[in-house]
Amino acid sequence: MAEIIKRNKALSVSPLKASQTLGGSLAVLGFRGAIPMMHGSQGCTAFGKVYFVRHFREPIPLQTTAMDQTSTVMGADDNVIEGLRVISEKSTPSMIGVLTTGLAETQGTDVQRAIKEFRAAHPQYDAVRVVGVNTPDFSGCFESGHAETVTAILAALVPDAASAGTKPGHAARRVNVLVGPMHTPGDVEVLSETIEAFGLEPVLIPDVSGSLDGHLEAAEFSPLSTGGTDVDALATVGDAAATLVIGASMAKAADVLKSRTGVPDFRFDHLYGLRACDAFVATLQQISGNPVPTRIERQRAQLQDALLDTHFMIGQARVAIAADPDQLHAFTQLLSDCGAEVTAAVVPARAPVLERTPVEQVKIGDLDDMEKCARERGVDLVIGNSHAAASAERLGVPVLRAGFPLYDRVGAYQRVWIGYRGSRQALFDVANLLLEQHAQHEIQPYRSIYAQKPEYRREETVDGSETTHATGGRPH
Amino acid sequence: MMKSKQIAELLNEPACSHNAKSKSGCSKPKPGATAGGCAFDGAQIALLPIADVAHIVHGPIACAGSSWDNRGTRSSGPLLYRIGMTTDLTEQDIIMGRAEKRLFHAIKQAIDDYAPPAVFVYNTCVPALIGDDVEAVCREAEGRWGVPVVPVDAAGFYGTKNLGNRIAGDAMVKYVVGTREPDPLPADAARPGITVHDVNLVGEYNIAGEFWHVLPLFDELGLRILCTLSGDARFREVQSMHRAEVNMMVCSKAMINVARKLQEKFGTPWFEGSFYGITDTSKALRDFARIIDDPDLTARTEALIAREEARIHAELEPWRARLRGKRVLLYTGGVKSWSVVSALQDLGMEVVATGTNKSTEEDKARIRELMGEKTKMITDGSPKALINTVREYRADILIAGGRNMYTALKARIPFLDINQEREFGYAGYQGMLELVRQLARTIESPIWRQVREPAPWHVDAPRAVVGG
Repeated sequence: MAEIIKRNKALSVSPLKASQTLGGSLAVLGFRGAIPMMHGSQGCTAFGKVYFVRHFREPIPLQTTAMDQTSTVMGADDNVIEGLRVISEKSTPSMIGVLTTGLAETQGTDVQRAIKEFRAAHPQYDAVRVVGVNTPDFSGCFESGHAETVTAILAALVPDAASAGTKPGHAARRVNVLVGPMHTPGDVEVLSETIEAFGLEPVLIPDVSGSLDGHLEAAEFSPLSTGGTDVDALATVGDAAATLVIGASMAKAADVLKSRTGVPDFRFDHLYGLRACDAFVATLQQISGNPVPTRIERQRAQLQDALLDTHFMIGQARVAIAADPDQLHAFTQLLSDCGAEVTAAVVPARAPVLERTPVEQVKIGDLDDMEKCARERGVDLVIGNSHAAASAERLGVPVLRAGFPLYDRVGAYQRVWIGYRGSRQALFDVANLLLEQHAQHEIQPYRSIYAQKPEYRREETVDGSETTHATGGRPH
Repeated sequence: MMKSKQIAELLNEPACSHNAKSKSGCSKPKPGATAGGCAFDGAQIALLPIADVAHIVHGPIACAGSSWDNRGTRSSGPLLYRIGMTTDLTEQDIIMGRAEKRLFHAIKQAIDDYAPPAVFVYNTCVPALIGDDVEAVCREAEGRWGVPVVPVDAAGFYGTKNLGNRIAGDAMVKYVVGTREPDPLPADAARPGITVHDVNLVGEYNIAGEFWHVLPLFDELGLRILCTLSGDARFREVQSMHRAEVNMMVCSKAMINVARKLQEKFGTPWFEGSFYGITDTSKALRDFARIIDDPDLTARTEALIAREEARIHAELEPWRARLRGKRVLLYTGGVKSWSVVSALQDLGMEVVATGTNKSTEEDKARIRELMGEKTKMITDGSPKALINTVREYRADILIAGGRNMYTALKARIPFLDINQEREFGYAGYQGMLELVRQLARTIESPIWRQVREPAPWHVDAPRAVVGG
């Protein structure tokens, strides 16, 4: 539906894009006892670490193959092997995700071969799963890197049904859930609770609510992720009754899972707004055979009521959104279903879901493009990451912070957007931001030249102005 | 790509007195067990505070995308440095050899849209590897559009952050310093009987605006700072650095090559100092007076120091009582490994151990001088090692960079952020007040019991649970 406008300038200004390598790292961090290792220069990892630490306000396990001048020129396979060995020896992780950077890819690394060599040379670490993924930062974005990594992990660790002896529905109450990167730890918690409310047992893949939800552990320190999907559980995902796929970007991962296991899947672009949530809840009812719990019915009715209350503010509001494709799509649908108009839609990279996005144009670009587009077509509210706050300030409108990175708010990484309740809160927040904005757009008082209001004259004698009466209206 | 010989030259710093020995902090990074930034990181840290320049990062997205507008440095005017700019190279650019062309047009776009006095171009790993001639592109662009375009060849794989600092400093000396004479002194700033002396600061970044605590003192003494490299700097200030009577190296050896080269090229003497702590701030001011050797300046400096020290000591008195005897573990790099020690000792606090991972031999010598020979110097900066050292030395607080903040907090250890991302300024006499406030805020916080004690139902022996 939407027309996709390609990047048309040499310089990216106020970048929106985060690298595939980072998205891939987030995917690995959603597994318990895991650690991502970026294959590149040590700076790639240092920057990535700061990026995540500032967003989640958590220590982030992240390592590097530390390519230097010599290994960059002469080949860095040994760095991969040595890095894997050192991490395995020091921390015995359940899984190491090797994520290539643009540097390693430009050099022409074959990360799979390096991993094979590691296996051959160090059989004592066979219990440590190692998954290599090509995630160069010169293509795609955070979201695609995450998707590639989840796909690679499933391809490496999910056995096919025949050899593993798994059978769809063998575990009648179990459902697999593929979770896209736009979901906060708070979202994932709600997702899990909603599925459990139908008497089902979700296996979330990946599960950042276990690892990055900001909880205090008894242990003082962990070099690995402290929670998340159990890597061992991947061996038996073929027994699940169904797979739920949340986020259009997870389609390729879903294909792999389905072809390996034969488990039927149900795909959702997102869970923002009434229609999306209805489809999801109806599916849960169908899979479980259980009625929709009263509590969820109630939450649905609450969201409907919020639609009524907020449509006065959100209707016709002009919104600029800058986000990765899945989240842009979700917000656009949520808000256009409330009567808002998305006047600027910017993503860092192309994705198939954008063809379904209910908006005229989607620009592949940066926050500068978003600003220009918003200025041209009008804007009342910006939705984007913490960098977008500066754009909103320049545009003179409020900002709703969402996406990556969120470094200027505590707890923002944890807020819930999905489900009936999350959607309701999102609508309230949007409406409130617009309400504050309306206060600035109030009608300026007009002062009649014939008025019998003595304070008009008093003010005048103070500032000595004489022109006001003659011209009438006087803005405050 | 920079030749390994050039890298070796930058690493081999003749002004370092320890130069005969092998250098710490320059060792080869170990795959799977490395923390810390790269040369690009260091170069960007060193130059980004130059506020009116368009800083273009030439490379794919990761270098700029994860790092722009990310630092605590403040500007009193232009905000262009906070706008992230990158060529955001795509696969096609790299395969088809279009990266240089994109850079060329990117420079034009920055000049057209922002009219900056100069453009800095940071070369990163990928274009260095494919052999982009960034220097030639910059020269060509400068010729075409008449705006200085400065190449900063700082691919991450060249080495560490420290090397990046030097690369950045080198680029300034090579391309910028000496290209403009300083402005005449403003007539309205003249005060009878006060001779104004021109000075530079090298390696002061105005984090959280902290140098603004100190700058009024320079004004009062009649010391004109031609340029701070690079906190709150402007391009035209960097151009005039060659005319200073003396340079102060503020951040230890990070940009020592700048001080040395300015001495070689222009004969400017330099000294090393810090504005952290009362003792060091006073010493820095005295060193300026000593080297400039103007008896009137010396007298006024002594008077100012006496006045300021008396004032700040009085204001710190109530805090000193609260912090005295508290034990600190300091884990930070370079200059801060000793300069902050002196600030904390000024408060009567006890520094039980300090990190020396990124410190030079000279930094270490200073630490020994300040803390005695038995001082524990920490080289293993892994979270586990830090926590263990806190326990072993019974430290009351860990002072370190933001990256270690959550290591401390997860271990329920009070923490103070000392690195460049922080939000509070600690420099100068006045900065000490902010420092004590922040120290007390975490050390004295009532939260520690709440996060350390188990839930009542996990306590073995039954006991009364009373509120509070």
